[in-house]
Amino acid sequence: MSMVNIVINGIDLQVPKGTTVLDAAKEVGVHIPTLCHLDLHDFGVVNKVASCRVCVVEVQGRAALAPSCAEMVYEGMVVNTDSLKAINARRNNLELLLSNHPFDCLVCTKNLDCELQSLAEELNIREIHAVGEKMDYPLDKSSNAIVKDPNKCVMCRRCETMCNEVQTVGVLSGLNRGFGAVVAPAFNLDMAETSCTYCGQCVAVCPTAALTERIDLPKVWRALSREREHVVVQVAPAVRVAIGEMFGMEPGTISTGKLVTALKRLGFNAVFDTNFGADLTIMEEARELAHRLEHGGTLPMLTSCCPAWVKFFEHQFPEMLDVPSSCKSPQTMLGAIAKSYYAEKMNLDVKNLKVVSIMPCVAKKAESARPELSKEHELNVDFVLSTREFGHMIKEAGIDFAKLPDTEFDSILGESTGAAAIFGTTGGVIEAATRTAYELITGENLEKIDFEDLRGLDGIREASVKVGDIDLKIGIAHGLGNARKLLESIQKGEAFYHAIEIMACPGGCIGGGGQPYHHGDAEIIKKRQKAIYEIDKNTPRRKSHENEMVLKLYEEYLGEPYGKKAHDLLHTCYTPGEKI
Amino acid sequence: MPIKSLDELRALRASLQKQVDLREKGESTEDVVEILVGMGTCGIAAGARDTFNKLLAVTEAKGLNVKVISVGCVGFCHMEPTIQVNLPNEEPVIYGKITEDKVEELVETVVVQRKLMDENYLIKSFGKAVL
Amino acid sequence: MRERMTLLVCGGTGCMASESEQMLIDLKNKISELGMSDEVRVIKTGCFGFCGQGPIIKVQPDNVFYVKVKLEDIEDIVNEHIVKGRVVERLLFVDPKAKNLVKEHKDMDFYKKQYRIALRNCGFINPEDISEYIAVRGYEALAVVLNENKPEEVIEIIKKSQLRGRGGGGFPTGLKWELTAVHRREDKYVICNADEGDPGAFMDRSILEGDPHSVLEAMAIAGYAIGANTGLVYIRAEYPLAIHRLETAIAQAREYGFLGKDLFGSGFDFDIEIRLGAGAFVCGEETALINSLQGMRGEPTKKPPFPSEAGYKNMPTSVNNVETFANVAPIILNGPEWFSSIGTEGSKGTKVFALAGKINNIGLVEVPMGTTLREIVYDIGGGIINGKEFKAVQTGGPSGGVITKQHLDTPIDYESLKNIGSMMGSGGMIVLDEDDDMVEISKFYLDFTQDESCGKCTPCRIGTKRLYEILDRLTKMEGKPEDLDIMEDLCINIKNSSLCGLGQSAPNPILSTLHFFREEYEAYANRTKKVSYSINADKCIGCTKCARVCPVSCIAGSVKKPHVIDEDACIACGACYTACPVDAILKP
Repeated sequence: MSMVNIVINGIDLQVPKGTTVLDAAKEVGVHIPTLCHLDLHDFGVVNKVASCRVCVVEVQGRAALAPSCAEMVYEGMVVNTDSLKAINARRNNLELLLSNHPFDCLVCTKNLDCELQSLAEELNIREIHAVGEKMDYPLDKSSNAIVKDPNKCVMCRRCETMCNEVQTVGVLSGLNRGFGAVVAPAFNLDMAETSCTYCGQCVAVCPTAALTERIDLPKVWRALSREREHVVVQVAPAVRVAIGEMFGMEPGTISTGKLVTALKRLGFNAVFDTNFGADLTIMEEARELAHRLEHGGTLPMLTSCCPAWVKFFEHQFPEMLDVPSSCKSPQTMLGAIAKSYYAEKMNLDVKNLKVVSIMPCVAKKAESARPELSKEHELNVDFVLSTREFGHMIKEAGIDFAKLPDTEFDSILGESTGAAAIFGTTGGVIEAATRTAYELITGENLEKIDFEDLRGLDGIREASVKVGDIDLKIGIAHGLGNARKLLESIQKGEAFYHAIEIMACPGGCIGGGGQPYHHGDAEIIKKRQKAIYEIDKNTPRRKSHENEMVLKLYEEYLGEPYGKKAHDLLHTCYTPGEKI
Repeated sequence: MPIKSLDELRALRASLQKQVDLREKGESTEDVVEILVGMGTCGIAAGARDTFNKLLAVTEAKGLNVKVISVGCVGFCHMEPTIQVNLPNEEPVIYGKITEDKVEELVETVVVQRKLMDENYLIKSFGKAVL
Repeated sequence: MRERMTLLVCGGTGCMASESEQMLIDLKNKISELGMSDEVRVIKTGCFGFCGQGPIIKVQPDNVFYVKVKLEDIEDIVNEHIVKGRVVERLLFVDPKAKNLVKEHKDMDFYKKQYRIALRNCGFINPEDISEYIAVRGYEALAVVLNENKPEEVIEIIKKSQLRGRGGGGFPTGLKWELTAVHRREDKYVICNADEGDPGAFMDRSILEGDPHSVLEAMAIAGYAIGANTGLVYIRAEYPLAIHRLETAIAQAREYGFLGKDLFGSGFDFDIEIRLGAGAFVCGEETALINSLQGMRGEPTKKPPFPSEAGYKNMPTSVNNVETFANVAPIILNGPEWFSSIGTEGSKGTKVFALAGKINNIGLVEVPMGTTLREIVYDIGGGIINGKEFKAVQTGGPSGGVITKQHLDTPIDYESLKNIGSMMGSGGMIVLDEDDDMVEISKFYLDFTQDESCGKCTPCRIGTKRLYEILDRLTKMEGKPEDLDIMEDLCINIKNSSLCGLGQSAPNPILSTLHFFREEYEAYANRTKKVSYSINADKCIGCTKCARVCPVSCIAGSVKKPHVIDEDACIACGACYTACPVDAILKP
């Protein structure tokens, strides 16, 4: 790689060509504040619109200041990040942003998690000099998952980059001009009227509270406070490797035991594991795959546990609705079982049984409200909390999370295998399915459980697994843009797979839209992934069909996997949508 | 018929040269008068289209050998509609504010009697690049 | 110190050939000998477009035009005119035809000061008839380069002519072509920027309406020079006539083989498409224009990369303005030396200006670079309406500033305008008189920019809005003295840190007027500005006309008795001022 010589604040340094001034400055310990900038290196996510003008620096020989996040170094470049001109501009631009921002910080969803707020503190803004009109757009609470407050939009366009370039959903883009410019759906439609998948990646990167998840926590508090209600909770695989971050713990800390203790202290009547639902999903999905392979069914079979992905293909590939598996997602499978099997076993009136899910996801909120995922007007899942809401719940209760002892999940719907654990990362679902499908199809014992070929963080991956006589071709995509590429190559006949796993969020659920904010640090997501595989490795049983509670459920209640009752409770259908 | 060489173009130009000689040098072999009407957006907005139509009607009624040609804007917004009269062997003259109702007088004074219409006289030609 | 007199000596090629260089030196020496260097300035200017009468010396503000001056005449000019104030009659220009043709009341300056290159055919040929364009050597420049020049030679010619972009920035056109030509890519594009958006500017529209072929021909020449086979005209949809004439011209040019395949048998293919813009001001910025062309939001992106490297469809693209293109064919046919002999040191050729405001001759004028503002306003423009006092000229529209009385004799070119805080812009010139309120003028422009801002970057999106709000408060007498500091800070920041030229130049109207007319801002900020009309009781005849037109009924008085205005209620609409038959109303 060719190197260039530059000078930053009088410090000589050599950096590779193609480095930004911002990254070069980091090398020599020069800090430049940023706002719109976002670079998740390993995930190929870069927001380089250079719109906020907070990171501007002086480049010798140029009259105008340059945005260090997007300005590339060149040989002989002389940069000053601390000239009066640059400092004044940064402060002035931040003041301008604040002059057009609501001052409800005290009750804002993002209070103390807001990048604009931290920046105001860092740049010592104590007074807004040029005050004036503020934007006045209505709050959009139309969807079941995402709340959009355009008045808090700072036009950083990160959400737009996520929505258009990374996810290729194309719902969010710059709207209107001048002072009224804001990021919104075309024609400023309500989010519910668009083809938004609710993947929540916009929420994950929004520096302010312009895009946040719908807050459902008060409903959960209320349910818990009603004597008549029996409230059970389930926790998704990716939550346990991220929740610790909310309490200052190292990213990737496994806090399963603490999390269960916390939930019990919070007053939930039973604490279940979505991983149980994941094992159940594999039982059904592996059977469905085997069925399709044996009976010449539609191939490839696509996984269907990611609700954002489900919504994506309904809108973007309505002609391919026969391709995804008909399996419900683990959370709704578990919800359905809780409201049938568990309710019957415990002799509970389903009307008084509430299922709460704690998910790393925003789309799960919308999923739980889908009409086809309810039985006789009873939803499979009543309330969905994000990992973040869960963290706030613990804080509210005054629980010192880091010091909690470990507790086990309630056994009835709480047992799980290592296969379920890896649902939380890209590649995990298909690896879990392969472990089971292998033994199901070949009738042999799988010796080597780890399928290293299916792991990693590349956007699109593929592997071939010998399953008896079949060379099972497997595809994996995470990020909806990658999913689109994969699907288009299948449509065009350029690629063939037997099975494909797709997760909407970069990295899978570990990078979900409901996880603690990573604030642009991709390392956090990688550490969570490492922890997920750690859990798998340390779980005694690592194949879903070895989950004894699951087997017992079939024996006592469901009958055959992929059978009549299982279909009734654990499978779903899809509806074509429009591209708006 | 596409022009395929510089020579062809020059030959074509030579044959068309006469079309504009009158305008450029006041030279003409024929006894034809040209009236150019500024028909840019500005001119049209100021009524140049009516002037144009009226010029056609008046010159035809009087049986005069006059070519009325629509051209672009000359630049005299404050004097629109502007027209340029090219009389054989005379330097072209630009007149301003030739609205429809002034056409009759203009044709009579300038074309028929070959006199200047002082009231509306604007300028002669501009200094311009000679190619 | 303000000079009382300026001598402009023609420095065009023609006059230089006739010893004007020596005259310049002699003049300076003589003036210095007399100790008058401080009060009399001698400036070398560009060609007056009047070479047949050279060498030429012009004396301002007397507006005397000496022609065919010889070295030995210098002494007379200095002793008679400069020292004694007597005009040297024998050197005066006499329009030979004027004597026998017309009355003298139409001054020859009115048109002779104009020299038309870009507008050469406007109002002269029928724009919808290609044969008329051919008759004035149309498409010959294209045929010549295709036959006789390699692409790099064409670029060399344009570079040598020193033609600079007429859209505002003044970037050297030849260099832009060269920077686009060096990139070897499968596709390249020539884009004609016809997204004219400055309030009051309409030179591009006039060229496209009056001489569309000259633009098409130049685009083909540019295409050949940079190696592009496709040209795109980005024109605002609000120009229906220009669009129609362009369409007609393109169809005719294709019929004659001037566009299409194998032009003039050279093997070079070039064709042009028209693309309509929705008339956003920011789409005049080239990266925003390209985004808009590609169906994306019309907002600028960071430069570099420049369009010359990655433009339309990410391919090398040269974006040039309409007026720039209109200069190309004449440069090819007459040679770069001819072109560069016109104008000033750094700015060659002519510039088209749209004269508007409080001036008698509103319209389009094309003058050699280096013509002074005084000549444009007084000679060509015919002076201020109603004999009012000249106050300033606003140039460069929303990106420019004002030129005041003290700079009336500045030869106009890219650099001189920049030096006095304005800019060439696309060429709008709005003349302001004593009645104009500079704060209101700034407010007008900021209202425009804050509305036309694409909203992408913070300083432009919010900053221009805040500037507008401050100005609005000031003019409503709701401002505070500290507003001026806040406004100035904002201006500096917006200029320094905006993403594109629109934002970076948006504060210019304020900065420039704040510099020259700070007292007007202070009067508002301190709320000392008088904003109501009043009545001179001595003059008032009690006709009641004023009272009858007052929309807020704040004028009282009986018939045939002097009337009075309630100054607190007066909204300063000026209706009474216009209505008064005896000039008894006093302005604020």
